Order: sequence, then structure tokens, then C-alpha cells
Amino acid sequence: MKRRHFLGLLGAAGVTLGSGATAKAASLGDVKGLPNAGGVLFDASRCIGCRKCEAACNQVNDLPKPAKAFDDLTVLDATRRTDAKTYTIVNKYVPDAGKPPVFRKIQCNHCMEPACASACFVAAFKKSETGAVVYDPDVCVGCRYCMVACPFNIPAYEYDKAFTPRVMKCTMCQPRLLEGKLPGCVEACPKEALVFGKRRELLNLAWDRIGGNPGRYVEHVYGEREMGGTSWLTIAPKPSFAALGMDENLGTTSAPELTSGALAAVPAVAGIWPVLLTGLYAISKRKEKIAESEKQAAVSAAIAKASADAEAKLSEELAKAEVANKRRIEVEVKKALEAAAKAGEEGEDA
Amino acid sequence: MSTETQKGTLFTPWNIVAGIILAAGVVVTIMRFTMGLGAVTNLSDNNPWGIWIGFDLLCGVALAAGGYTTSAACYIFGFKRFHGAVRPAILTAFLGYALVVFALNYDVGRPWRLPYPIFYQQGTTSILFEVGLCVFIYLTVLFLEYLPAALEWKRGFDKYRDILVKLTMGLTILGVILSTLHQSSLGALYLIAPSKLHPLWYTPYLPVMFFMSSMFAGMSMVIFEGTLSHKHFHHKMDDEYNLGYEDLQMAFSKAAAWIMAGYLAMKLLGLAMDNRWQFLGTGYGAWWLVEVVGFVALPCYAYAVAYRDRNLKLARFTALWTVLGIVLNRFNVSLVAFNWQLPSVDRYFPSAGEIIISLFVVTIGVIAFRFIVTRMPIFYVHPAYKDSSH
Repeated sequence: MKRRHFLGLLGAAGVTLGSGATAKAASLGDVKGLPNAGGVLFDASRCIGCRKCEAACNQVNDLPKPAKAFDDLTVLDATRRTDAKTYTIVNKYVPDAGKPPVFRKIQCNHCMEPACASACFVAAFKKSETGAVVYDPDVCVGCRYCMVACPFNIPAYEYDKAFTPRVMKCTMCQPRLLEGKLPGCVEACPKEALVFGKRRELLNLAWDRIGGNPGRYVEHVYGEREMGGTSWLTIAPKPSFAALGMDENLGTTSAPELTSGALAAVPAVAGIWPVLLTGLYAISKRKEKIAESEKQAAVSAAIAKASADAEAKLSEELAKAEVANKRRIEVEVKKALEAAAKAGEEGEDA
Repeated sequence: MSTETQKGTLFTPWNIVAGIILAAGVVVTIMRFTMGLGAVTNLSDNNPWGIWIGFDLLCGVALAAGGYTTSAACYIFGFKRFHGAVRPAILTAFLGYALVVFALNYDVGRPWRLPYPIFYQQGTTSILFEVGLCVFIYLTVLFLEYLPAALEWKRGFDKYRDILVKLTMGLTILGVILSTLHQSSLGALYLIAPSKLHPLWYTPYLPVMFFMSSMFAGMSMVIFEGTLSHKHFHHKMDDEYNLGYEDLQMAFSKAAAWIMAGYLAMKLLGLAMDNRWQFLGTGYGAWWLVEVVGFVALPCYAYAVAYRDRNLKLARFTALWTVLGIVLNRFNVSLVAFNWQLPSVDRYFPSAGEIIISLFVVTIGVIAFRFIVTRMPIFYVHPAYKDSSH
């Protein structure tokens, strides 16, 4: 019962995880085939750091009012990141001292194959048809592995809530997209630094701008291939994206690909270990058995030898005893005869 | 610690310290569950995982690996003379995992939803899903493996005890499979963040390395825990345990030396394959060398010497050394080398509250261990079951 029982259990586990792997493969295909996936192109060379996008985001998403008003531009003097009350922020960078600053808007990049979705063990994150990566707080356990996984450091957490903490991040204004409206930030941008559209068309637009303004832009569309590609694309003026605090070494491998090898090992381990371990058990048991039977053979041989020896010795002793007895009897008989003879002689004398 | 036999000495130094830790733990617990994580931890949006994951989970699971290593050695590989060590190792592992799950309740935002990934909606693409599923099943396996001792203590359940004893072999193999999977997937958790983990620690071999290190971590814990137990619970131990005990310490020293040598080779192989040699000249490189030379290569050598010279004292010292090395490694992966590119103001250091809860959890473990071994047949065979094979 026991062996079949655990093999069955493992089979079940293998099937679950195996089907997980195929489901993932299928979803990868879906993402690549998301023809209508939307996105936003951010052109850092057009951004003037007015924070209108921040204000719009705050308003359309009903986020709490910040400590400093959105028209207070001194906020830009410190480097900030998104948090649970702020889905997007603009930071100021000075790549060349003495030259005008460059601004960068930061929000969720809505990866084509999101690390957060790949990492979430309750599947609370999903890449939607619109291109937005959406979050379901009704299943979230609050493990924060999505935050560990995100290469862009985007998801934030409501650390101050005891009972209903959520992971917070830009939704690409999914509810507005579904109504046919633009994301709040895109609509509010006065300089058209943000353009909403289909990702494929945005890529063409980005490369047209780079090609049409020789020497102005870094010749790279950030997000075209980073971590398998993102829906949010960025182009920036020279010298580099790194000058805007962007990681240029993320590579093109998507998050699911990074862990697929480890996941694929699960059925292998679950399949090979029981066979191997049962084999090892059988070998050690057989060794034991052989050792046991060898021991028994040795013992019985020893016993046989000992008893044979004892028997031989006994018969030898018996023989010896017999000889000795005979001799003793002979001596006794002789003695008796001699005594009798002597007695006869004495009788005759008397 | 031996207050059981002495009347009226409840206020031993150890008990007082334990009492203070427990009281502080209760206070922090109340704060954690009424005011949220932010009130008691230094966690932030950039550092979502602190020592409750780095120590309570990663170290807890690695150091509880003595359960599968010892039972596999005894039941699968046929080292019957280690039989006496199986129950203490299983108990340590069971308590270890139970406390890991207990501690997780503090760390996750909505602990009452912890069963969700298993029973409600499965995120099968997640390495954490694999960890959760394996830990959940393995905790059940360890409970079943521990249960005979409890059933022998409260007599009258022989029927159930005998069924469980018959399952030993199956449970042991299942335990090895589950341990292989989740020990390695704890390392695999970090595969998804190549941009955040320092290149000296990030390697595709992370899962293999976590698994290999769990083996010698478990063995070292068995030696270390056995040494401590000997000091405090010697009166509970029978001849079978005592006869096998030193033999086991020697055998595990030898095994650990071999596995650590393999682990060392793996570390260097990772360095060579990814061509990361240039990082050795940096500050992180120096720290990496402290870990790899100071807490793998040297204890590996010390274990080998201890075995060659039959030097029990050295073996026991090396066990503690290796345990510290494992803690260092898990801290390095999860905290020190993680987020290495963040400016130092954004880096994480545990708060007093986090440290208190970690101490609280360890203290509960020690108290539970003490409660059980002073009452149940762990270090000795119950007289009624002398002839049983379990």
C-alpha cells in the first residue's frame, strides 16, 4: 500500500505542476499574439517635469492627497519611487552638469511576460488583453514575492494596514481603457511626452523619432526587449538610459524563462527519486540479506565444524577411554587372577 | 535547563531569559496584528523581505534538513545503527517546519489566506507555489513520522501507531522527494531577480546549491543538536541511542566533508561558468571569500580531520561552525547581496521588533522540544515497544 500510495500522490503532484508548465507555455503564446495589446510611449526629451501626470493619476485613481501639492516642483529635487499612495512619479536627472535637466516618469511598465504574474503563487496578477497588468486584491496573500521579482522595483505595499494590506501599482487605468478612455496621465500631459496606442505602432513611432532626429536620442527603445519586452516604452535623449537611473543590464530574458528550468526539474525529481531511492533501499536490503545469509552460513559451518570436531574428539576420547578401560579391566582381571592364584597357593600350603 | 528534577527552581537564568523573550514576543505580536507590518518592521517597498524570510524561513528550513538526511541514512541507505538518532532528528525537523509556518503568519499580509495558493487559486508558474505546496505536504509527512512517539506516550493507540510505523519507508522516500524539491526551490526563488542579486551569488545553480547545502546543514544540525541534548537530557537516553550516537557523529562528519567538497566545487564551477572572477577583487568579493573559504572550505577540512582522527570534539565544534556558515549563506543571498545596487540609505537592517519575533520563534521551538523529549520516547525506546522496528 505505502509505495503505491506515495507514487500516486507524486503522480498527482507531477501532473499538477506539469499542467502548470503547459498552461504557462500557452499563455506565452497568447501574450506574443496579443495583437491589440496597448501601451504607452514615453519620450523623456519632451517631458518638462510639470507633474500634471502625477496629479491626474492621483485624481482618476482616487488616491490620497499628497503632503505637498502637485504644482510644488521642489519635490523634484529628491529622487523618489512609487509607493502605495502614488502610482506614478517624475524624477529629475542632470546627465551633463551645466545643461538643462532631463525628467523621467516612473510607473509600472506592464511587462509582456510580467515577473509579478510569474512570481505570484495565487495568480493575483494577470496580463490583460488591453496590455495592462492587473492585480486582484481579493486573492492576494500579501507574501510580497511580486515585489522581490519585479526588475523595475514598482509594486508597493500597504505596510500600514493590519487587515487589508494590498500591493499597489499603476493599472494603466484599466477601467478607463475598458471604457475607451485614455490613461489619466496620457490625457493630462501638456507636451505629448506620453502617447497611448498599440504597442507595435508605438515601436514604429519610437524608431521614427530616433531615426528622424539624428544625434538626439539614445538609439534604443527601452522596453522593446528588456525582460522579454514591456508595454510601456521609453526613449531618452543622449547620453544614456543609465543617466536617468534606468538599469541597462536587465537582459532580454523574460521572468518566466528565468525560472522555467527550475520548474521543469520538478517532474524529473518527482519521477527519478522514487525509482532511485527504492533501488537504493532494495540494494541495501539485499546487502543486508546477503550479509545475513553469509553470517548464517558461516555460523552453521562453524557449528558443523565445531560439532564435527567435538564428535571426533569424543570418539577419540571414547576410543581412548575404551582402550584405557580395557587395559584397566585387563589389569584388574590379571590382578584378580594373580590374587586367585596366590590364594590357591596359600590354600595348598595350608 | 534541567528544572524538571529540581523542585522550586523555576527561576533559572535560562527560564528568566526565555520568559522575557516570550513576553516581548507577545507584545510585538499584538502590535503586528493590530497596527500592521509597518509598525514593527523595517520592511519597505524596496526591501519587501527581511529576516522573517531570510532567517525564519530560509535558515529554518535548511537547518531542519536533519530530518530527511537522518531518516534516509537509516531507512533507505540501511545504516541501522543510526536508528536511535532518527526520532530526535524527525522531532527537530517537525518542530522546525511547524515554526517556519508559524513565523510565516507574521510575515505575510493576510495570513488567514495562506491556504489560498493550495486550495483556492493556484499560481503554478510560481516557484513560491512549489515551495508552499512542498512545505505543506512535508509538514504533514513529518507530523506522521513524529506521531508514533506521541502515541507511545499516551498509550492505547497501538493500532494507529502500528499503521504509521508500517508507513515509515514510504514516508521517508516521500520526505526525500519533497525536501529535494523545496530545499532547492528556496534557492530558485531568487532566480527571477538577476538584476537584484549580486553576480557572485546569482547563478543558475542556486537551486542545486541550496539543496546540497541543506544536506550538510541538516547533518551538522543533527551533530550540534545531539551534543546539546547530551548535555541536558542525558538521563533520558538509553543504551541504543548512546551507542549509535558517537558513531553517527563521526559518520555525518565524513559525509558532510564530502558533500561540502562537492558544494565548494559547485561554487567555483558557477564562478567559472559565468566568468565572475573579476568580482573577487571587490568588497563583495572579499565577503564572498569569507563565506566560501571561511565557512565552507575550512569547516569541510575540519570535518575531514575530525573523522580521520576520530576527534569528536572537533566534529562538534565544526558542526556549530557549519551551522553558522549556512546562516551566513542564507543571509547573504536574501539580505546582504540582495538589492546590492541600492544606495545605502535604502538598504535594509532588521528592526528590534523583527529580531524579537525571530528570537520568540526559536524560544518556542526550544521549549516545545524540551517539553516533548522530557515526556515522550524520543531518546529512548519505550519499554513496551522494545521489539518494534521503528
